Order: sequence, then C-alpha cells, then structure tokens
Amino acid sequence: MDIGILALQGAFVEHAAVLERLGAGHFEIRSRAALERPMDGLILPGGESTVMGKLLRQLGLFESLRARIAGGLPVFGTCAGLILLAERVEGGEPCFGTMDIQAVRNAYGRQLGSFHAVSPFEGQPIPMTFIRAPYIGAVGPKARALAQVDGRIVAARQENQLVTAFHPELDGDLTVHRLFLDMCREGSAAALMAS
Amino acid sequence: MEKTRYELNKELAQMLKGGVIMDVTTPEQAQIAQEAGACAVMALERIPADIRAAGGVARMSDPALIRSIQDAVSIPVMAKCRIGHFAEAQVLEALEIDYIDESEVLSPADDVYHIQKTQFKVPFVCGARNLGEALRRIAEGAAMIRTKGEPGTGDVVQAVRHMRAMNAEIRRVQSLRPDELAEAAKELQAPLSLVEYVHENGKLPVVNFAAGGIATPADAALMMQLGAEGVFVGSGIFKSGDPARRAAAIVQAVTNYTDAKLIAEVSAGLGQAMVGINQEEINLIMEERGV
Repeated sequence: MDIGILALQGAFVEHAAVLERLGAGHFEIRSRAALERPMDGLILPGGESTVMGKLLRQLGLFESLRARIAGGLPVFGTCAGLILLAERVEGGEPCFGTMDIQAVRNAYGRQLGSFHAVSPFEGQPIPMTFIRAPYIGAVGPKARALAQVDGRIVAARQENQLVTAFHPELDGDLTVHRLFLDMCREGSAAALMAS
Repeated sequence: MEKTRYELNKELAQMLKGGVIMDVTTPEQAQIAQEAGACAVMALERIPADIRAAGGVARMSDPALIRSIQDAVSIPVMAKCRIGHFAEAQVLEALEIDYIDESEVLSPADDVYHIQKTQFKVPFVCGARNLGEALRRIAEGAAMIRTKGEPGTGDVVQAVRHMRAMNAEIRRVQSLRPDELAEAAKELQAPLSLVEYVHENGKLPVVNFAAGGIATPADAALMMQLGAEGVFVGSGIFKSGDPARRAAAIVQAVTNYTDAKLIAEVSAGLGQAMVGINQEEINLIMEERGV
C-alpha cells in the first residue's frame, strides 16, 4: 500500500504520521516527478485551498491528478481537501470538482469559530476538530453523507472519494483513515481484477 | 474530551505550514497576496521598512483598515499589537482577528512584561531569537513562534542567525541527560516542562516560521532548508518592482525549497528586489525588543 500525500502547503506531515501508525507506505507530492510513482490512493490535506489550487496548476499537477481521481483513484480530502474536490463551492471556484457536493467555505467564521466535537461517523462516535472549517451545504444524488454535527453535513463519500470537513489527522482516532485505506485496498483489488 | 482553545489555536498554525504569510497595507494588496498564493496576510498600516523610515511611535493599525482587509480576502488575517499592550490585543480580539502578532516591529508598550496570552481566545504568534525566548513566549501562551530577524531591512542575516541558534539549542537540549534538564531550564530561563518537551521531541511544541529580512525566493528556500516550517515576508514583496510575481515566486520556492532548478526558474526576471539596508547601517535594532 503506497499513498501519495499532496504536500504543497498545510498539514500534510500529520497525515503521514497517521499512515505510519497504520503501517501504510506514503510519499509526498510536490512536483510532477512524484506522479511517476504508482499510488494506491491520494490524500489532499488541510491548509489553504486557494494556495493549493494555485500551486496545483502552476506546478503542472492539476490535469493528471484530476484525470486519476475521475478515473477511480481513491482520494481522501480533509478540510481544504474537501473544497478542492467539491463540484460546487459557495463563494469560490471549484478546483477538481469531481464530487457531487456543495462546499461552504469558512462556514463557521474566523478562528474564534473553530471548535472540537465528538460526533458519530457512520454511527461510531469519534473526535472531530474543525479549524476555520467548511461544511457541506448539500450532497447531490451521487454522494452520501457520513456524518453530521449540529445539523450540518461534515463528511461524505462518493465511490472512490471521501471527504471530511474536520481533521481526523489531528485527533489520534484512526477510524476515518482506516476506512480510506480499505477503499484503497478495494481499489487496488478491482484494478488487479480488471487487468 | 474537551479540547482547549489553545490546542485549536496551535492547530490553525499547523494548517499554515509550508506557506507564506505576507504583510499588506490595503485591501488591494491583500487581494494581490491571496491571488499570489499567500496562506495568510498580516494587516498593517505601514510595512516595517516604512515604519523604520518614518520613525516615531508605531502602534496597532486602524480597526477600519483591518476590517477592510478582512472583508477583502478569504484566507486568515493577522494583525500586530505592541509588546505588552494587552488592550490593543483585546481590540484585535474584538475584531475577530485570526492571529495576533505581539510584535517587536511596533514600539513596545511595556519594557518588562509581555501580554499574558493565555487569557485570550484568539491565538498569538511571537518573535524569538533563541530557544529561551521562544519557550518563554510559549509559556505566556503563544501558539506559534517566528524568528525575529531584523524587520524592514531586506537583510536575511538575522533570521538565519536566530533560526540556527534556536535549532542548535534544541539539538543540545535533546542530547542532555534527564538529570541535566533542570539546569538547562535555569539557563534558558524557561519552564522545565517545556524544556522536557523539547528534550523528548526535538522540536518546539508549536509551529516555527522564519521572519525578518526575507526578500527573494532563494531567501525563503534558505530559511526552509534551515528548518523553518513556513515564512513571513514583510517589506520584501510590496517594496519590490513587481509584487505579484515576486509573491508567487516566493510561494513556489517555499513549497519546493530543495528544488534549485525550479527556484532558478521562478527567480528569473523578477525585477528589482527591495533595495534593503545592511544590519550595520541601521540605528534601531528591533530584535532587541521584548526578550
């Protein structure tokens, strides 16, 4: 299992540490050279979505990654990563736009609105940390909500794509990363069957 | 398991890592910075080079200016208050600023005490020249540290000195025997618990950025290779010939700080860098404020 982590800006090291704990291989993606390495999954970390969106294009990563995500590469976006995947972004431009959700940016306001909660994720209560977070304003028919906090959708899945508005990489709970690695395993198995 | 406000504030700094925080003085500059890929902006009435040139007392910026910059961008907005001026900090908190920089760039309001930052809900970043200063600021409640450097000079030498000093001291603390840590805490004039954290983890308990005198993409790459987790660029951008291009180039250099070919490419034809002044040519040494 080898997971590529987009390492243009933000909290990518934190994701690497979680994958480390789960015994999954990982590498950083900062330039096109990294795209030559085969990957079983892709993580889009938290940070500033405007910064990552810009650098994805400037560094020539955008087209290739978008094609792979659209082609079924398992992808996990946290916070800014959720915004990058959303097809519709309130008050902003979509980036990859591969997921049938509407993202609302800075939906809880400024840093004073950042908060922590414990809430069910697919029925199981887990810690959730929201840092200047977005939420999902609406989930289209292709996607499915996985978690809600105070009536707002904060996690969703659409086939190979998983997103959370919160940061499981900051809380030491492995539930969401485990789910993502399961998706990666299924993806690899399906690719093997097809070939 | 209730997470403290301080944890959430340290975590915002984690989201800023690998990014460039740019000084801006107008909403238009803030938009240019955001468009160029800044991960946050610092709202100021005057950039450090102009504070230096103008002389006199430098204070917190006009709340109207800060609001107009908050309205202009979606990225986090920071602002500076004077060292020890907790009433300015209260005003900035009332404006719902994302980060307060208790900064030596402004004229200190208190020559003994820093702000008791644990009393605030909004996060603080503070400058430091060495490990002792950094740990004292963290003990007061800073959720992020930056090198002081020498602001407004375009001369990176002080930022380099401070980053090297901090990392050398971290390595030294790491190498000590556990029974030597109390003495180290005494020398560093810092709480033992924080010295123990450094001993065990080999790093500060908060994110550490470089600041002060960074003017070129290569300056930014130098600081990243020396161990900075991101950079502040103050006067370096809007005192240069082509701010938008220079800002974007510095952002790329921070992301790919070991890719010399890419840095060569983005540095080509950037136009005039800020002229700058050498550290020997300045009379006002800001880094000595607030130790």
